[in-house]
Amino acid sequence: MEQLTFETMVAVFEEIFGRMLFWGMVAVAVVITVAYFYVLIRDRTMSMRKFLLAQLSMPFGAVAAVIFVMAMTHSDLRDMGGAVDVIVLLGIAAMGAVGAAILVYTAQSLFRGVQEP
Amino acid sequence: MTTIENLTPSRRAFLGLMAAGAASGFATRPAKAAKIQTKARIVIIGAGAAGTSLVNRLVTRLEGADITILDPSAQHLYQPGLSLVAAGLKPASYTQSQTVDWLPEDITFIPAGAAAVDPEAKSVATTEGQTIPYDFLVVAPGLVLDHDAIEGFSLDLVGSGGIGALYAGPQYAAKTWQAASKFTEDGGVGIFTRPATEMKCAGAPLKHTFLIEDIATRTAGAGKHEMHYASNNASLFGVPIVSEKVRMLFEDRGITPQYSHVLTAVDPVRQLATFATPDGETEMEYDYLHVIPPQRAPDFVRQSGLSWADKWTDQGWVEVDMQTLRHRRYPEVFALGDVAGVPKGKTAASVKWQVPVVEDHLIAAIEGQEGTAVYDGYTSCPLITRVGRAMLIEFDYHNNLTPSFPGVIAPLEELWISWLMKEVALKATYNAMLRGKA
Repeated sequence: MEQLTFETMVAVFEEIFGRMLFWGMVAVAVVITVAYFYVLIRDRTMSMRKFLLAQLSMPFGAVAAVIFVMAMTHSDLRDMGGAVDVIVLLGIAAMGAVGAAILVYTAQSLFRGVQEP
Repeated sequence: MTTIENLTPSRRAFLGLMAAGAASGFATRPAKAAKIQTKARIVIIGAGAAGTSLVNRLVTRLEGADITILDPSAQHLYQPGLSLVAAGLKPASYTQSQTVDWLPEDITFIPAGAAAVDPEAKSVATTEGQTIPYDFLVVAPGLVLDHDAIEGFSLDLVGSGGIGALYAGPQYAAKTWQAASKFTEDGGVGIFTRPATEMKCAGAPLKHTFLIEDIATRTAGAGKHEMHYASNNASLFGVPIVSEKVRMLFEDRGITPQYSHVLTAVDPVRQLATFATPDGETEMEYDYLHVIPPQRAPDFVRQSGLSWADKWTDQGWVEVDMQTLRHRRYPEVFALGDVAGVPKGKTAASVKWQVPVVEDHLIAAIEGQEGTAVYDGYTSCPLITRVGRAMLIEFDYHNNLTPSFPGVIAPLEELWISWLMKEVALKATYNAMLRGKA
C-alpha cells in the first residue's frame, strides 16, 4: 500500500459492509452522535444515573462489535495470529463499547427526559 | 444524584467543532498541477488493471492528447478475487464489472483486440480491421492461458469429476468451488498444480491449496484428505525465504510437496494426472485436481516482433527494460502488467507500482525529456494460509522482503490483519488504483 487517504478508507469500508449498509451505519452513527450532543446541550448537565446504565451496556457493545466484524469478514477468534491482531480486535471492541454507551445514554435522555435529581 | 456540572458544551462550541471537522476533510485534498499541452497520439492496448489505471492518470496530466484504448472484453475482471470465489467465500459477481465504467470521458475506447503492431510504421491493427497510428504505444493486453497445452484437458471439464481451474475466469472459479467443495466433504486425494512458465500471481496456487486444506479439515475433519502440491521446480515460491516458510507450513498442515512435477496430461475418466519430472513421466490418481495451464503473451505480441528473442522464447513476453518498462528497441513503446518481460511482477500490486513509472517516462518523452522514475520489481502477495489468516508478503526483483508496515505487520507471520487486507481492503485499493487515485 502506497498511501492511505480518507477516500481510500471510505472505499475500504464500503467494500467491507457494502455501500448501502456502510452509509446506513454512518447515517445512524451521525444521528446518534448529533442526538447525544443535543441532549448534552439541552440538559446542560450529565446525569450519572444515565451514565451508569450506559457504562453497563459497554461490554455488550464491545462483544457485539467483535461478533459483527467477525461475521462480515469470514473470521473467527482462532484467527488471531499476533499482537497486532489483538490490538485491532481490542480497537474494534473499544469502538463498540463507546458506541453502545453513547447510544444508551442518548436513548435514556431522549425518551426518559430530564427527571433529575 | 451526582452530576458533572462542568460538562456543558455550548451550541457555539458544538457548531465550531463540526465546522473544523468539515474543514479538515477538504484541507487534505492536493492541489492540481497544470496540465501539459500536447497533440500526441497515445494508444493503449488493453483496458485491464494496467491500461485502465494508466489512462485515468494520463487524462489528469495531459491536455489535448489523442488517447485511444483497445479492449475486446466488455467485462472488467477483478482477478485477485478469483481465489476467494474458488473457495466459496465470494460469488462470481464479486470479480465482475463493466470495462467502460472505469474509463474516463474524452478518450476513444475501441471494443476490439489488437491483431498486430507495426513498430516501424508506428501503427496498431485491430481485430476489426482498423489501423490506428500512434506516437506512443502502451502494450497491456494481459496474457493467454494455454489450456490446450495440457493433454486431455478442456474447460468443459471444470466443476465436475473433481477438476478445478480458477484462473479461467469468474464462472470457472465458481465451478472450481463446486468441485473443490465436494472434495472437502467427501475426502480423498487432492493435487494442486502450477505451470512451468511465468505466471500470474505465483501465490495463487498456494492460496488455493491452503484454503481448500483448511476448509476440508474443518468440514470433514482431519485425516480424510491427502494433499499434494506439485511444484514446477525445486522450490515452492520464487523468493527463497518465503519458499522456506511455505515448506514449514506445508509440513505442519500435512500437505506433501511434489517438487519438479509439471502437469502435462489429464485423464478425466480414470481421474489420473500425468506429470513431467526430471526422472520421466509419472502418474498420480486424484479426487480433486487444480489445473493452472502454461501462460504466454498473446500471439500478436510475438508476431509483431516485440518479444524477447533470447529469453522466455516459448512465452513471448515484451522486451522491456526492467527499471523503466520501456521497450529496448522501440523507445516509444512501453509494456505494462502481465505481458511485460520482467522477472516476477504479474500481479495487480506490480501494476500499481509500474503504472506511475510508465506515466513518468511517457510524459517526459512527450516533453522531450528523460523520465526519472524507476520500478524495482515491487510486488505483493497476501498469501492466504487459512480462511481468516494470511501472510502479507511484499518483495522486489532482488528477492528482498519489502514490508510496508515493518514492525507492525510481519511478512512471514500468519495474521488476521493480513487476511482483512486481502478480503476487504484489497478490492477497494484496486478500484482506487483503476481510477488512478492510488
